[in-house]
Amino acid sequence: MEKFIFLYRGKDGGHGGLSPDDMQKHMEKWQAWMGGLAKQGIMGDSQPLKPTGKQVSGTKKVITDGPFIEAKEMVGGFTVVNAKDINEAIEIAKGCPIFEVDGKLEVRPIQKMEM
Amino acid sequence: MSESNDNEVNKMVDHLFRHESGKMVAVLTRVFGFSNIEQAEDIVQDTIIRALESWKFGKLPDNPQAWLYRTAKNKAIDILRREKVKHKIVNDIAPLLKSEYTLGFKMNEMFTENEIRDSELRMMFACCHPSISHEAQVSLILKTLCGLSVKEIGNAFLTNEETIQKRLYRTKEKIKTDHISLDYPGADAMQARTYAVLKALYLLFNEGYNSSHPQKLIREDLCEEAMRLAILLTENPKTSYPHAYALLALMCYHASRFAARLDDKGFIVLLQDQNRIQWNKFLISKGNEYLNKASEGETIHDYHIEAAIASAHANAPNYSETNWNLILLLYNTLLSRTQNPVVQINRCLVLGEVEGHEKAISELEQIKGFTENCYYNTSLGEMWMRLSKKEKAKPYFQKALTLTSSNAEIELIRRKLLACN
Repeated sequence: MEKFIFLYRGKDGGHGGLSPDDMQKHMEKWQAWMGGLAKQGIMGDSQPLKPTGKQVSGTKKVITDGPFIEAKEMVGGFTVVNAKDINEAIEIAKGCPIFEVDGKLEVRPIQKMEM
Repeated sequence: MSESNDNEVNKMVDHLFRHESGKMVAVLTRVFGFSNIEQAEDIVQDTIIRALESWKFGKLPDNPQAWLYRTAKNKAIDILRREKVKHKIVNDIAPLLKSEYTLGFKMNEMFTENEIRDSELRMMFACCHPSISHEAQVSLILKTLCGLSVKEIGNAFLTNEETIQKRLYRTKEKIKTDHISLDYPGADAMQARTYAVLKALYLLFNEGYNSSHPQKLIREDLCEEAMRLAILLTENPKTSYPHAYALLALMCYHASRFAARLDDKGFIVLLQDQNRIQWNKFLISKGNEYLNKASEGETIHDYHIEAAIASAHANAPNYSETNWNLILLLYNTLLSRTQNPVVQINRCLVLGEVEGHEKAISELEQIKGFTENCYYNTSLGEMWMRLSKKEKAKPYFQKALTLTSSNAEIELIRRKLLACN
């Protein structure tokens, strides 16, 4: 088993054009999806991120306000998932409801650091 | 607010607190894990204290139940967010409780009716784990699922608070050392565990029904709780075995006689003297309905036979028109499966109705090792009374009088003794 991190990209919440009812249904799909991951025992830490924050950068540690990139590229949250390999991780990712609102899911294997 | 109104509110709240605290403890134990049961109990305790503080001087909320659930849920969520607590949670829903995506949603779901019932069932099964003694099982069920305090449990078992406190403490330690979980037993162990649960509910009901406890209210509460939990079992397809229905039927028949069993002074009224108008017709019809469902399976359990006996009594128009032959047959069947002396005594009393009281006496005399039992002696006394042999009956009643500490029983035996003179 390998660990992967799923990065959810795309504007969180206001999925343009969704009615409150649609939003609720969408949210319930997320719950069901994560419920499924938990049930299979492959779900690790999983947290949503606020769309705001600060960025500290460079040798001068300059502080700027976020968000930092355009809304559809912004990371809205992450989930750690256990899978056999990248292909299985991708198959798992395909079940994510983010695609219903034209979002993106980035599948990144966690690097084991050699000492 | 007048004093009587105030009392009404207190009563309503008491009832609400007792019932809801059992549910909340079940749900929160499901969330935190069986070995963290104290955490669940603490949250429920805090919730109830807060409710008392907020409601005492103000108005009750429109939906007190929802208020309690919301408060308990929010407290639980705060605690679940602590890193120290997170690593202690190792159950199947742990990943959902540790993620901010799902924590609130999952906790809402846990307080829905279906999930509450599921938590109660899991708790019932876990409390009846084979490594926990029968005594401790019943105490634990009363504490966790029925919302009784340690004092009330001590009261119900006619023992002191300390004894129950120790028993519960030891049981909780056992849960931790044996890693007893709230998972349902596997399919192969399910039936055996259901037997254990039914046995505990049977004991719980009998504790209420047969105990010589001076307070009627406590006894009825115990019976009511046993029936509520038995209904939970029958409503779930995983556990709705025919023998669960049989036990529930038995409880309904017995409970139908609650009002008729004691007179207005609190003295015991024997079956033949009970006013059958006072028998609860609704409970008898429920008993019939459940007994019908109990007969769907292939196997027969003692509860089936006991329920059938209770049914013959409950459905008889009066004492003399009781189907004694059928009841005797059922007792013979029961005795071929168990050597319980109380069943033996009861069978002899029925034999007295079918084959005469001399026969009953001679068979009673053959039961060995029971001469120091109160019920054995009153039974022999009663059989001699039926034969109008007062001088033979008297010594048995005199002996029985020395063998009980229950006021209601003492009074009944005194009356019998008076009739002997």
